[in-house]
Amino acid sequence: MALQSLDIAKRSATTTEPPQARQTLEVAKLIDVSKCIGCKACQVACIQWNDLKEEVGNCGGTYDNPTDMTANSWTVMRYAEVESEERGLEWLIRKDGCMHCEDPGCLKACPSPGAIIKYANGIVDFHQENCIGCGYCVTGCPFNVPRISKKDSKAYKCTLCSDRVAVGLEPACVKVCPTGSITFGSKEDMQALADERITELKERGFKNAGLYDPAGVGGTHVMYVLNHADKPSLYSGLPADPTIAPTVSLWKGFTKPLAMAGIAAAALGGLFHYVMKGPNEVSKEIEAEVEKELEAEK
Amino acid sequence: MIRDPNDLQRYTASERANHWVVGICFILLGLSGLALFHPALFPLTQLFGGGVWTRILHPFIGVVMMLFFVVMFFRFQRLNHMSPTDWEWVRRAREMVNGDDHTMPEMGKYNGGQKLLFWFLGLSMLVLFASGIVIWRAYFSQYFPIGVIRIGALAHAAFGALMIIAIIVHVYAALWVRGTIRAMLYGTVTRAWAKQHHRAWYRQMTGK
Repeated sequence: MALQSLDIAKRSATTTEPPQARQTLEVAKLIDVSKCIGCKACQVACIQWNDLKEEVGNCGGTYDNPTDMTANSWTVMRYAEVESEERGLEWLIRKDGCMHCEDPGCLKACPSPGAIIKYANGIVDFHQENCIGCGYCVTGCPFNVPRISKKDSKAYKCTLCSDRVAVGLEPACVKVCPTGSITFGSKEDMQALADERITELKERGFKNAGLYDPAGVGGTHVMYVLNHADKPSLYSGLPADPTIAPTVSLWKGFTKPLAMAGIAAAALGGLFHYVMKGPNEVSKEIEAEVEKELEAEK
Repeated sequence: MIRDPNDLQRYTASERANHWVVGICFILLGLSGLALFHPALFPLTQLFGGGVWTRILHPFIGVVMMLFFVVMFFRFQRLNHMSPTDWEWVRRAREMVNGDDHTMPEMGKYNGGQKLLFWFLGLSMLVLFASGIVIWRAYFSQYFPIGVIRIGALAHAAFGALMIIAIIVHVYAALWVRGTIRAMLYGTVTRAWAKQHHRAWYRQMTGK
């Protein structure tokens, strides 16, 4: 890639080393759930910047609209009403979308070379021209993010506006957020910003406020400030400790070399058995016996 | 084709055709499946018109194979029940592999190894078909929870590899034991072949 901001760190179904000479700054998007008012400007900006169009859907009984992410809606606000004795009713709103894992399960599962790319800056991007539509990314993702289009059978998800970031712009959702709930910058800066905000929240009585940057997937390049970081599941089922499932790791890890070795051993074993032991021919003796039997019949 | 009127009929034309439909499906499925299994083999997708076509075709070929396999399974399953003699044969398979087969127990139409392979292939087809449905994203995956899909993907890969290994053994055994391939090509084997490798079947066929 010509642009340093698009240097590739990991490529699906590719076993050789990526270019590593240049060191790119790792970026991150920080979503401060405690500042979100649920206006959906981010959803609109996402659809507008990416030239997407969502079908008019149905009301699912909540403000979630559409009710789930689709191939055309790469981010969806999820509204959870949570009641506790301590705080009464709380409306916990989370902007859902790709978390841009440092160790992406989708990329690990993808069988098509170059269909899923992780840039050196941390963004995980789907390249639809290489996508074969198998849906293994869905199988691999710990966050249930990729969606397969019904029109073209390709997988789609948030790109973290890799096209904008590549030329020094912030993602579209960050640009429009009216409360400053979404910010974008280097991962280090975003962690520092989150720390400040978490201190503030703790002072205001949210004693379990914290940063959601789950270590099980190597950290993420989309992070949340949660006012109840001890219970991520309150936020419409955000997983507490997401990891690439052991079944997926086994499928894409150990099974591959083991199966290849097994198949090669069977094929080579056959060849060398033939060469060393020789073919199993019908013996002359038995042929003669059979001849005699036939003679006797006549 | 009658090479020699004394040859013994081992397979009917319909059994042979059935076997080769399954065989062709297996080769196509093996190649396309390996293409999607290991990055080093992804270029095999070119045989099927690229990655997308490989993904589209593989499961349909699988359904065809399953249909014909089921027919073949019920045709041959009666002949594949393991007897104590078969188990003895299996225990002494090492002698056979070493090429020292004249003291092996007398076998019927199939030996113990062939029978075990038959049941293993049946099991593999069952697992591959069931898991294949689960991971068939275009039509069926939406009906299964993600945990089941993940187990399906793993089981499909594992049994796919095991079945490829089993078929390599199957094909090699047919090549190694000279005079065997013709049974599946034009249906007959020589009397001497039958007497050497499947003596009980030879007696049954010839009354000797």
